[in-house]
Amino acid sequence: MTTDTAPVPTTEPTRPTVAVRHLLAQIGRYTFLCAILGFFALPLLWLATAPFDDTPTVTASLPRFTLDNFRALLDNPYALSSLLNSVYLAAGTAALVVTFAALAAYALSRVRVPGRDALLYGLLLLSSIVTGTATMVPLFELAFRLNLIDSRLGVILILSGGLLPAAIFILKDFMDSTPTSYEESARVFGASPLQIMRHIVVPLVRPGLATVGVWAVANVWGNFLVPFLLLRGPDKAPAAVIMYTLYTEGGQADLRLLSTFSLLYSLPVALMFVFVSSRYGFRFHGGIKR
Amino acid sequence: MVQVTSPPDEVVEGARPVTGASPAPAPDAAGLGRARATGFLVPALVLILVFLVVPAAWTIYLGVTNYRLTGLAAAHPEVVGLDNYTQALGDERFRTSLLLTLQFVLGSAVIGQAGLGFAIAFALRDRRGPLRRVVEGFVLLSWILPSSVVAFLWIALLDRDAGTLNALLGIPGTAWLLDHPMLSIIVFNTWRGTAFSMMLYAAALENVPRSHLETARLAGASTWQQLRDVVFPRIRGHVLTNLLLISLWTFNDFAPFLITAGGPEQRSEILPVYVYKVALSGGELGFGAAISFIMLLINLVIALVYLRMLGRRKEPA
Repeated sequence: MTTDTAPVPTTEPTRPTVAVRHLLAQIGRYTFLCAILGFFALPLLWLATAPFDDTPTVTASLPRFTLDNFRALLDNPYALSSLLNSVYLAAGTAALVVTFAALAAYALSRVRVPGRDALLYGLLLLSSIVTGTATMVPLFELAFRLNLIDSRLGVILILSGGLLPAAIFILKDFMDSTPTSYEESARVFGASPLQIMRHIVVPLVRPGLATVGVWAVANVWGNFLVPFLLLRGPDKAPAAVIMYTLYTEGGQADLRLLSTFSLLYSLPVALMFVFVSSRYGFRFHGGIKR
Repeated sequence: MVQVTSPPDEVVEGARPVTGASPAPAPDAAGLGRARATGFLVPALVLILVFLVVPAAWTIYLGVTNYRLTGLAAAHPEVVGLDNYTQALGDERFRTSLLLTLQFVLGSAVIGQAGLGFAIAFALRDRRGPLRRVVEGFVLLSWILPSSVVAFLWIALLDRDAGTLNALLGIPGTAWLLDHPMLSIIVFNTWRGTAFSMMLYAAALENVPRSHLETARLAGASTWQQLRDVVFPRIRGHVLTNLLLISLWTFNDFAPFLITAGGPEQRSEILPVYVYKVALSGGELGFGAAISFIMLLINLVIALVYLRMLGRRKEPA
């Protein structure tokens, strides 16, 4: 693992060549990073300029500044209500996922259920293999049989089912690392398990609950397929679906509406991301996989 | 169902064999008892069972029927055995779609996202400060924005007459989405998903001792030699876990539908789009379910291959 495994290419590298090579590597690195920056920023330019341009086109260009475009949002009957629908779906799913996952993770963490680990890993594997796309036919069928077509509850339940295994997995990690001594003393004083859960465990694992909640909201907020499959009318459709209909249906797309709606729809997740990353640091720590 | 957006980092641990006893040795500190513990588990398990396990199992059943959305077969579906499967495997459109999906996974996940993600993480490995934050910020932004928004951003970018790309390159009239649909969605998905790989490799590279890289460099090892002999042996587990997750996600990604809808002439019709069109637009639910089941099997094979490779790594260690 040390230097002897790295064969020396030429004979003896002299200091100048090392220095030159180092310089070249630096130049190469910065060129690469600039190219990357360009590649990732380019598609986003339009989102930053078009909403404020008085005559938006599909080309990103310096806007002639105006805020009038946002009026288009009010004129469209579905724009604002679809954002509310998204909030409803995201909040419902997050609440369901956090509550159920917390209960399940607590039970799995504190009581030796036979076959616990096998169950957990099995479900996790299943949830990453069984995805919305690979099971869209039975999901549609199932929703149809359970009378959940065109029902927001159906979307919430289906999304929750898919997110729960990973949520339980994350939360069990948090639960495992909290000390059990508080729970023992609370029990001595006669607290019931649900009371212990609410007054002791939940405060201790709050960062974990927040992580799972944010993760669930982000997932639902952007999810297009499940509401697209299950919800029929535009009055219940969340922003993801309305956004799609704005540029696919009805001939010439209204770019004022499209650009301002894109921005408004993107803003909550972007803000949530900024909040989470400034508060907790949005990166994987070294312990992901050793 | 798990989307490309913000996958949990802990999922990665799933690839690791059981961690052993939890750090809470005192069992059942809260006096939960088996019965109540089961009660705590039930709500979550019911949802998982009904909306995850049942659909998976149902796929198998539907796949052997001639079930349709409308018409006679909708009321009285008949079991047709393996007809759907033989029909699918003999179908030119299915085989093309499978091939396109493999191109999509190989091009945008394995080469695009993992390659680019690693390159960015490596280039930024000892950088702190604004440059790193700006680069990471943009890469992450492309990952967290809703897919229907980024799909339109790409449609605008690649627009034939007024797209920003053509304006920049000075070649108006190049119809990227019509002439190169696969290339377009591969580049799109690379752009879309690189953030996950970048972050995972950034974390992985912190496990590589800086002194080793330094010594290798002083000994005159080229960057490629450093990567091969110093870096990769240490992050092999990360690489495999990363490839497993992004391959699965990309294989099941529906976002290209928002850009090309499989067209033109099915030239970018990857399997998720194909299933959607056959089953839900075309109404052939039984046939669609058979394709779905083939997709599930492929997912399973991908997962098993990677897990096996991951397991093999453990043995010599």
